[in-house]
Amino acid sequence: MSQHPPIHLKTYLMLAVMIVAGPLGNVLLGKGMKSIGAPVIWPLAGLIHTAGMILASGSIWLGIASLITFFVAYMLVLSWADYSFVQPASSLSYGVVALLGFLMLGERVSPLRWAGVAVICLGVFVVARTGPSTTRQGADASEQLQVTEHAQAAERV
Amino acid sequence: MRDFVLFALIVVAGTGGELFVSRAMKVAGEAPSFHPIEIVKLMLRALRVPWMWAGVGMMAVAFFALLGALSLYNVSFVVPVTALSYVAGAFGGVTFLHERVSPQRWLGVLLVAAGVTLVFLGKS
Repeated sequence: MSQHPPIHLKTYLMLAVMIVAGPLGNVLLGKGMKSIGAPVIWPLAGLIHTAGMILASGSIWLGIASLITFFVAYMLVLSWADYSFVQPASSLSYGVVALLGFLMLGERVSPLRWAGVAVICLGVFVVARTGPSTTRQGADASEQLQVTEHAQAAERV
Repeated sequence: MRDFVLFALIVVAGTGGELFVSRAMKVAGEAPSFHPIEIVKLMLRALRVPWMWAGVGMMAVAFFALLGALSLYNVSFVVPVTALSYVAGAFGGVTFLHERVSPQRWLGVLLVAAGVTLVFLGKS
């Protein structure tokens, strides 16, 4: 990995973009949908009206832009880093979304919900650290070695 | 029932979409650099992979379900509940793909499920 030092920094930069842009997008979508009120999806005229309201909402478009930013960062980072490295890092976004909901939308987040979010982050972290290659457990030794090397390469990124 | 359908669509269509997109990106290859032209080229390559379209279609379904859920509930409730995709992913892997799920991964899945339960309990 020493031949490609910029990758290291760029990986963390992209992860930071993911952890901010993803939750921000969801919070903006939430803001937009709340301003529309209860969506009517039937009869058809109601659905068209709801769709029109959604398309006319600035928050929704900002949210979509933010989610596209997240998505591009996610795809880019996945094109060179392993899923098993990207996923644990992105588990932080569950905490960020609760924080932004509280700060930007004034949502009341009960202590129990904070605790739940913390446990989810921990759970996602544990899931993700197991790596995606556990199907190979029963495979022969050389494959096992490859998998291990792969995981170690991901660690170094 | 309505809530169940909404959250099930977010979780199942969202996870399926991610799997397809992930597969498409592996086919499309790695971005050789951060140059904008290279990124656009990669995106165009990805759009030629059929998996990408299947994935994007499923993610669109999940997106509209997410909009529906967000109009009913707070974002700090909806998004943590979507973490159930990790639970769905583990069960889906075992049931449909006959994957072996390690004990550590089950522990993580259990933690996620416990966390979502706490979020539900703290709904008020």
